[in-house]
Amino acid sequence: MKISLTKRYHFAASHRLHTVKLSEEENKRVYGKCSNPYGHGHNYAVEMTVTGPVDPETGMIANLAELDPFVQREVVEPFDQKFLNEEVAEFRDEVATTENVCREIFRRLKSFPSARLERVRVEETSKNSFEIEADVNALDEVRA
Amino acid sequence: MIRITRKIEFSAAHFYHNPSFSAEENRRVFGKCNNPHGHGHNYVLEVTIAGEPDPTTGMVLDLKELKDILQTEVMERMDHRHLNYEVPELAGQIPTCENIAAVIWKLLEPKIKSGKLDRVRLYESPELFVDVSAGNGARA
Repeated sequence: MKISLTKRYHFAASHRLHTVKLSEEENKRVYGKCSNPYGHGHNYAVEMTVTGPVDPETGMIANLAELDPFVQREVVEPFDQKFLNEEVAEFRDEVATTENVCREIFRRLKSFPSARLERVRVEETSKNSFEIEADVNALDEVRA
Repeated sequence: MIRITRKIEFSAAHFYHNPSFSAEENRRVFGKCNNPHGHGHNYVLEVTIAGEPDPTTGMVLDLKELKDILQTEVMERMDHRHLNYEVPELAGQIPTCENIAAVIWKLLEPKIKSGKLDRVRLYESPELFVDVSAGNGARA
């Protein structure tokens, strides 16, 4: 039997899809209205899934009293009400697509000390979501 | 293989308290969930069965049968109950979402005769859920 716990978190942020690797015309062609130079924003939802043994003393995989402040510190505070392209260092050189946002969130959350990060799922809107799952072989590829 | 999921909702009360902890430790570990008067949730349970559709009926299992199993095993045991006091399967355990979902898995697994129990997902709130699946050695 395998048990995992998933908690949802929320942040609102703006981004612009644009890369210096492409010409202005190519940026417009590839990213369309998402490349508007002034940026635009979303209400993002982040689902963090952790797994591990259920502590018989507490009945918990992870204590939310520990998980919530960790996610708050690692993701919500640095991302909420921010312009991701300029205010989150990782997106100065990397396009702030939600694929990359999801990957960056995974990278930040995998250092949670009390349970193993299994999956990160980011909803950019209620219609689009992005997911990264840890598997033993792929863990090191996340930032590759 | 096809997966089918049925959803039910039940409402129950609980609180977290470990008698081997001091009062102070209980408050520190469990926070406001330690309030001895208890509090409650509208739990949402999604039960997923996996299998091949029967060539005659076209069904993995009869959903009516699943509905009856969920009624007997979950609703009658847990709906409008206090999970600390009224559910013998949880006796001696802290009734966290993890433990409740594991109890539900153990109750349902032997009752599913057509197809196999694939996943139990228990929402304590729209923001918090636990998944239980058969898993395998590599990922346990």
